Amino acid sequence: MTTAPADAAIHASLKGVTRIYPGAGGNKPVHALGPVDLDLRRGEFFGVVGPSGCGKSTLLEVLAGLQQPTAGTVNFEGKPVMGEVPDGIGVVFQEDASFPWLTVWDNAAFGLRRAGIDEAETRRRVDDVLAFMGLKDFARAYPAQLSGGMRQRVCIARTLVLQPRLILLDEPFGALDAQTRLLMGDEVLRLWRRTGATVLLITHALDEAAMLSDRIGAMSARPGRFMDIVETHWPRERDSTIVGEVAFGEITGRLWENLRGESLKSLGYAGMAAAE
Amino acid sequence: MSRVGWIRLAVIVIAVGALEFACQFGFINRKVVIPPSEMAVALGKLLASGQANGEIARTFGIIVLAIAIAVVLGFAIGVVIHALPRLRQALDPFFATYYAVPIFIFYPVMVAIFGLSVIPIVLIGVATAIVAMIMATLNGLDRIPRVLSKVARVHRMGAVATALRLKLPAAAPYLFTGVKLAVSYGFIAVIASEFILAPAGLGRVISDAYSDFNNPRMYALMLLLIIVATFVNMVLHAFDQRWAERRGIGRP
Repeated sequence: MTTAPADAAIHASLKGVTRIYPGAGGNKPVHALGPVDLDLRRGEFFGVVGPSGCGKSTLLEVLAGLQQPTAGTVNFEGKPVMGEVPDGIGVVFQEDASFPWLTVWDNAAFGLRRAGIDEAETRRRVDDVLAFMGLKDFARAYPAQLSGGMRQRVCIARTLVLQPRLILLDEPFGALDAQTRLLMGDEVLRLWRRTGATVLLITHALDEAAMLSDRIGAMSARPGRFMDIVETHWPRERDSTIVGEVAFGEITGRLWENLRGESLKSLGYAGMAAAE
Repeated sequence: MSRVGWIRLAVIVIAVGALEFACQFGFINRKVVIPPSEMAVALGKLLASGQANGEIARTFGIIVLAIAIAVVLGFAIGVVIHALPRLRQALDPFFATYYAVPIFIFYPVMVAIFGLSVIPIVLIGVATAIVAMIMATLNGLDRIPRVLSKVARVHRMGAVATALRLKLPAAAPYLFTGVKLAVSYGFIAVIASEFILAPAGLGRVISDAYSDFNNPRMYALMLLLIIVATFVNMVLHAFDQRWAERRGIGRP
């Protein structure tokens, strides 16, 4: 169901991935994810939607190497992901992960300095990415002086400056208002086109997934599995104005059709979900 | 200077002026309190004569030592307790009630054990300041966002680099609150210990001057302590404020 066409290069994949959290303090183990199979095509924008607690973030963390799967294998660029985040993967988290003690510029330069990139190259890349993210005028500001949306852009800039080939976004706009989310979506599409990176976006917002993604995986309630993969067929050159198109409504409608029952289950209305 | 700064200055000028007026015009007996102007003159003369230099060096040396031990040891103990949640649970009630017990009651015991030396004074200073630092460390470590550990792993940082480059800076403002409290508590504890029972030091000299009715010497040294304590705390406060503004701490 989730296999990419034979002619598409596979950038990252999960095969039979399961994640079970051991029970703590006499509690039962929690089967959070899987088994899940997923092939991410090189350069695509893949969205993941699902009810709360279905294991979306677990999926992302397993793919990133932040968590070990209980069973199954994860591959990135043909190599197994084991125990640490491979070079070439960048992650943006839902929480504000900007460093409040550093300026915007130093936040963006953090990874390059860690990697020992020389100062001239660091300056060039940071200036470039801050200009691209619209943060040039705030380079000397501290995150606390910025809005939530701008702080998230700082985190994206810190990730982008390392030129990742696979960008994992874990509900990065979850804390933002609807209008700002739409505009941030435009920015993400812009950076996706410019970098040519593969993007995996975890989101709880169906409209966000429908607007941004080439393909969308709809996950079941816990333990999360892919119930459906929806191809959007959007052109690569797109922006938030597509929300007015008929196809957009059809895509979100199909996603909701898949997810309504699962969302009811995750909220504890299992009987209502079964009756439908 | 800002408007708030001017108001602050006016409060000081009015308070000192009122005391000067009351002393100069007999509302307060000069045998009890001398005017602030005479305190300042007496302090100037005392410093110029160098008579109290040894006492000043001794007392401020002890204060710095006690605060340094309290801050370093308090931080280390805080880190260990934070890593052991059950130990923390067990100790929490002690920390919560620590400052309800007057620590000075142990001073005679320490004098009995260590004699009339610097050691009991340093120990009282450390004992008074250290728990503030431990609690600030626990608070600071609690407030490190969990996401920073994930960010560290994305950047393939080891435990030491994560602690020094991410966790320590994240906790720093809360640790600094502990340092500020440790400075205040250490200062008070050392001077009070010297005042109660010590062979030397500013507290002892003030106590002797009080017994000898040597008001100019007593008030001169009291003024010195007030100036130093206020200056140190103002510098720390200004640093703290600047830090808080930069990091958005305490914003509504």
